[in-house]
Amino acid sequence: MKYVDEFRDGELAQSIAAALRRAADSARHYAFMEFCGGHTHAISRYGIADLLPPTVRMIHGPGCPVCVLPIGRIDLAIRLALEHKVTVLSYGDCLRVPASGGQSMQKARAQGADIRMVYSAADALALAQREPQHEVVFFAIGFETTTPPTAVVLSAARQLKLDNFSVLCNHVLTPAAMQAILDGSPATATPRLDGFIGPAHVSTIIGSRPYERFAHHYGKPVVIAGFEPLDVMQAILMLVRQVNDGRAEVENEFTRAVSATGNLKAQRLVDSVFELRPGFEWRGLGAIPDSALAIRADFAPWDAERKYALHYMAVPDHKGCACGAILRGEQAPTDCKLFATACTPHTPVGSCMVSSEGACAAHYNYGRFRDAVPA
Amino acid sequence: MKAAPYRPLDLTHGRIDLTHGAGGRASAQLITGLFAAAFKNDYLDQGDDGAVLPAPAPGEALVFATDAHVVAPLFFPGGDIGSLAVHGTLNDLAMMGARPLYLSASFILEEGLALADLARIVASMATASRAAGVPIVTGDTKVVEQGKGDGLFISTAGLGARPVGRSPSGRGAQAGDAILVSGALGDHGLALLTARGELGLASTLTSDSVALHGLVEALFNAIPAAAVHVLRDPTRGGLATTLNEIAHQSGVGMQLIETAIPVNPQVAAACELLGLDPLYLANEGKLIAIVPAAQAAAALAALRAHPLGQRAAQIGAVTTDPRHFVQLRTPLGGQRLLDWLNGDPLPRIC
Repeated sequence: MKYVDEFRDGELAQSIAAALRRAADSARHYAFMEFCGGHTHAISRYGIADLLPPTVRMIHGPGCPVCVLPIGRIDLAIRLALEHKVTVLSYGDCLRVPASGGQSMQKARAQGADIRMVYSAADALALAQREPQHEVVFFAIGFETTTPPTAVVLSAARQLKLDNFSVLCNHVLTPAAMQAILDGSPATATPRLDGFIGPAHVSTIIGSRPYERFAHHYGKPVVIAGFEPLDVMQAILMLVRQVNDGRAEVENEFTRAVSATGNLKAQRLVDSVFELRPGFEWRGLGAIPDSALAIRADFAPWDAERKYALHYMAVPDHKGCACGAILRGEQAPTDCKLFATACTPHTPVGSCMVSSEGACAAHYNYGRFRDAVPA
Repeated sequence: MKAAPYRPLDLTHGRIDLTHGAGGRASAQLITGLFAAAFKNDYLDQGDDGAVLPAPAPGEALVFATDAHVVAPLFFPGGDIGSLAVHGTLNDLAMMGARPLYLSASFILEEGLALADLARIVASMATASRAAGVPIVTGDTKVVEQGKGDGLFISTAGLGARPVGRSPSGRGAQAGDAILVSGALGDHGLALLTARGELGLASTLTSDSVALHGLVEALFNAIPAAAVHVLRDPTRGGLATTLNEIAHQSGVGMQLIETAIPVNPQVAAACELLGLDPLYLANEGKLIAIVPAAQAAAALAALRAHPLGQRAAQIGAVTTDPRHFVQLRTPLGGQRLLDWLNGDPLPRIC
């Protein structure tokens, strides 16, 4: 495949790996967080850990839209379907996310809830138009990448005066979560983060500027990278060089798609439909101020939370689950006592095990052959 | 089956109604006018409750397999539920090392199904069965009320004869064996996904649905029968899931080379776009053969010489591993697990 294979070239990967071995100072350790699940997936899928020097450690961040959804938000969707008898449309991954009381959307379906999988926000809108006899709610999740399509369907629904369609908005913001990770980690936490691989698709929308405060105020280098394995390796090399030079800058490895200012048209559209939510709970990270979006009052008739007077109730995560510490990089998946015992991709307990982009699921699916054989 | 027709079957505009399953004249009419006519063979023509079949040759073992088919959409590029129902059971027999001999077919029809669609599907089954040289010798039809079936469900069963000396089994893989596949993976799964029209993706991709017993015979003709340790068709769950099943059954591990695994460029590109992995997509016309390393070259040559195995390849080897992991060497030179499928393959969100 042209434009893809060249970013997966084995020889080029070996030459970047060699450059990394030369650049990495064997007397110190490097700990970088790839924020995005897309990067986590690439690292695991291509076995990139095998190509890194032993002193470079990658920490899987919380940038997986399904993983950070708190239990209480899934509960809202299930309640809508079971009690309000509405048709709930969701991306497929959400169906398996554990909710409270042993529920999940998939299990609710088996109890008669009309919950269906869609592939896009546009599909959700089309379905509402096709089935005017049903009240349809689109369960919108995701970071800045999936927000503009939700804004498009909300604008269209208002224009069409489509009264059987609304959106349960769970859109969240990347920079707020990065800041929460930096602010929230106890000073004693190990390992200390030395820098971030910045998101690929998210950055095409928001640009590279929103990351500058992490470089300037927190002294953490950020390298924005594409989702291909060679992008990731090149970004790690750039991070190692910044750390070696004592630099903390926002660098852009993904210049083929990301600019400093991002997609201004998409940003304007998002601004016209959404506003900052004062607080939003993230699974594993807790409540983070100004970290999510709510639908503006102009669009109230299409806001499921207003339309059905939904009240969010926080539900604590499972006690034994280490997702919070894993998402902050303080623990590895294998440090959690539930990992691969009570918690597997088939029976996920915590958020990191749900989507294949989650840190625990990625290690379980792709990397657990490295773990010691249990006695 | 000899009841005189009391009304002509309207194969253009007619639809299945409950009388077609009531066992009366309408049922007989459907059976003689459609099924018996299309599948016509000496056994079926007897019109009895079952087919009386000759005993297999001395020393041969009987192999019996069954397969239920539910598929959406009923028609897809490269096949339909009918041809799939024939190929599915034929391939189950072939993977046991058997020469398929006879098929049965049971139909559960939903009230309202267009007779034209049913006729197309039945014709396609007849074509598939004739092409394979395996007659459908007995069958049954039931009709369920509208809303209680998805158009139609087909269940087929097959009898085959396995010659002496053949014993392929999921339990047969041994450390050091070579793992072969007969061609490119993921075609059927992706053809079906795109045919559902939900992805907004058009492609010229067709399902690989085909009967594999000819290819299997070519393999058995090329190497000693006992050397075919494992034969399996990687249907649901794809290559990855099937290899994990074999690794568990045989108590072994596997090491694969990702760049050696054949995938059509169109499938690779579409999977890329959708965030799917072709190694987890269903196939209906490919086989996995596990043979001793010393027989790998001969086996591969035999597969490649057959029209259905031109892109056959050795994709890896069986290893000793108490945890029965299937591992993959990535194009970058890294190592990873190729695990069982968890849930359904889902397109990525972001």
